[in-house]
Amino acid sequence: MPEPRTQPSVLLGARVLLPRPALQDLIDALAACGFEVIGPRARDGAIVYDRLRRIEELPAGWTDRQDGGTYGLERRSDAALFGYAVGPHSWKQFLHPPQERLWRARRREDGFAIEPEPAPPSRLAFIGVRACELHAIAIQDRVFMGGAHKDTGYEARRRGAFVVAVNCGTAGGTCFCASMETGPRAEAGFDLALTELIGGTRHDFLMEAGSEAGAALLAGLPTRPAGAADIAAAEAVVARTAASMGRTMDTVGLKSLLQDHPEHPRWDEVASRCLACANCTMVCPTCFCTTVTDHTDLAGQEAERVRHWDSCFTADFSYIHGGSVRSSTKSRYRQWMTHKLAHWIDQFGTSGCVGCGRCITWCPVGIDITAEAAAIRADPAAHGTKRGTSHGNP
Amino acid sequence: MAERTRPIVAVWKFASCDGCQLSLLDCEDELLAVAGAVDIAYFAEASSTLRPGPYDVSLVEGSVTTEHDAERIRMVRAASKRLITIGACATAGGIQSLRNFADVKDYVAAVYASPEYIRTLETSTPISAHVPVDFELRGCPINKHQLLEVISALLAGRKPQIPNESVCVSCKQRGTSCVMVAHGTPCLGPVTHAGCGAICPAYGRGCYGCYGPAEAANTASLAGAWTALGADRRTLHRAFRTFNAAAEPFRQESEAHAEPHHPG
Ligand code: SF4
Ligand code: SF4
Ligand code: SF4
Ligand code: SF4
Repeated sequence: MPEPRTQPSVLLGARVLLPRPALQDLIDALAACGFEVIGPRARDGAIVYDRLRRIEELPAGWTDRQDGGTYGLERRSDAALFGYAVGPHSWKQFLHPPQERLWRARRREDGFAIEPEPAPPSRLAFIGVRACELHAIAIQDRVFMGGAHKDTGYEARRRGAFVVAVNCGTAGGTCFCASMETGPRAEAGFDLALTELIGGTRHDFLMEAGSEAGAALLAGLPTRPAGAADIAAAEAVVARTAASMGRTMDTVGLKSLLQDHPEHPRWDEVASRCLACANCTMVCPTCFCTTVTDHTDLAGQEAERVRHWDSCFTADFSYIHGGSVRSSTKSRYRQWMTHKLAHWIDQFGTSGCVGCGRCITWCPVGIDITAEAAAIRADPAAHGTKRGTSHGNP
Repeated sequence: MAERTRPIVAVWKFASCDGCQLSLLDCEDELLAVAGAVDIAYFAEASSTLRPGPYDVSLVEGSVTTEHDAERIRMVRAASKRLITIGACATAGGIQSLRNFADVKDYVAAVYASPEYIRTLETSTPISAHVPVDFELRGCPINKHQLLEVISALLAGRKPQIPNESVCVSCKQRGTSCVMVAHGTPCLGPVTHAGCGAICPAYGRGCYGCYGPAEAANTASLAGAWTALGADRRTLHRAFRTFNAAAEPFRQESEAHAEPHHPG
């Protein structure tokens, strides 16, 4: 930890101002503590999460235009560093990587020896975690660390991570965190949270410490006290974002609405558009499903077990002896949407959707979970109630 | 530990460009391990040794386009415990299945100086249309890592780990931003079987469908999205009519975008 440069030290929950150039000091301080710093970068026409060393690498002055099945970067009229919503990446790819070797085995004279995977080498610091993403991480924490059988790899990565949240200054065209009560303000689950204050000649970040580690780090940065006007300006940023959500989701009675209509004609209609490509589950920051594959080498001396992201949109996902439980795209789309919005509540106590909008934007044919839910709500009397093949596959 | 007996392997060529067999020779680092693990009895591309069967495993490249080959694949099947087809030609009929949509006599007359010497079938068909196949490895050409996986699996007596998902899954797993959504570039990835590792989108190109239709390929819906991005009928027709033109979902979709007066 670098020597503190300003006094008095920052208290948990207190708010201070960090001038724009000092964001580099934050990155440097994290790097000096041994963190690999990850943050938003503009690459190949999208904002993605990647290694971050210099604030010049942040997507200054960029924003995104998002709608069902379409995404584009556009210039802003200012040089905001966080003036866009979430892109195709999520922090899931770092905490719950797409591929992870679980162990290796080597043949020996007397059988074989298992070599567990070494612990992850570096600790990760995430800069720019949005409120919906904090909720998504909390949801995956419940999945991977909440029960009796913890995922040790996830737990190690998660416990080591340092989280710098951003209160959103811009809502994306497919965002609906306000409906899901997961944003746009970062309430918990961060070490530091920042709100970007930009306008005129001003460019500062209102900083809030959410953990002792965050407060300690902030104490070493060249901050100055925040006044009531700064705090009010930050409140206004979040309020404006909350009022400009691109989508809304009516969650009242949504769980039973979906669970009670497994044969609603809308499932057939959406299946006629759905490609069963699995993009929605890949980009969703809460989808956690994996498959495990075993591999052996040509000489028969070594074996390894690898875990990969999987999706309920593939036939193999529900393959059991003799065939797939969900052979139709209808049953797969229904599985995805009812799991996200309904069964998740039975399973984990919250919705599985945080309203980030990624599944809408990154669906190649623009299928919109909010529109699908609205269509079923608009005509719940359409046939297909609980009777018959309830939650029926295939 | 007891030495594993080396299975006897034969590599066969039917109507094809040899690209898939070359993928095997391209396994430079692993080639010695392959040679050490299997007893290659027949591989005309690589060696002059041609030993008669029976074989434990036959790897078959290419499609059936002649009466002679239709007979020969039955012989290969009868001589092989396991028969694995490799590549788009063997699994779907290949680019040469374009003849299935036209009159092959016109092609023969256009290409050969003395068409009367050419004996050929009206169609190019996958190996599975002629004999039972134990495993189909897709791709034009196949991916050498997948081929090594299939061979390693056979040696260990386990299931080959070849995922039956869309190219989009590989694309997302490697962190590529979707070219269709972010650039408006039409892409066949959502209806194409994974296997290549989503190479083309990683270089900013749409997927060409080299690995053929994915399971549950909704080509009609994807064609609608292509149209919305500005693709015309001819573009759609051609997109679905390449190396896997005769694979059923691609065949149907290309026909849906054929010239009105051209049933092909
Ligand atoms: S279901 Fe869609 S909107 Fe909800 S969290 Fe997942 S990707 Fe985001
Ligand atoms: S929606 Fe599908 S992929 Fe996502 S967590 Fe549920 S079952 Fe898994
Ligand atoms: S809803 Fe969209 S992204 Fe999801 S599987 Fe269907 S087509 Fe693909
Ligand atoms: S670029 Fe193509 S393969 Fe990749 S996710 Fe998009 S549609 Fe799928």
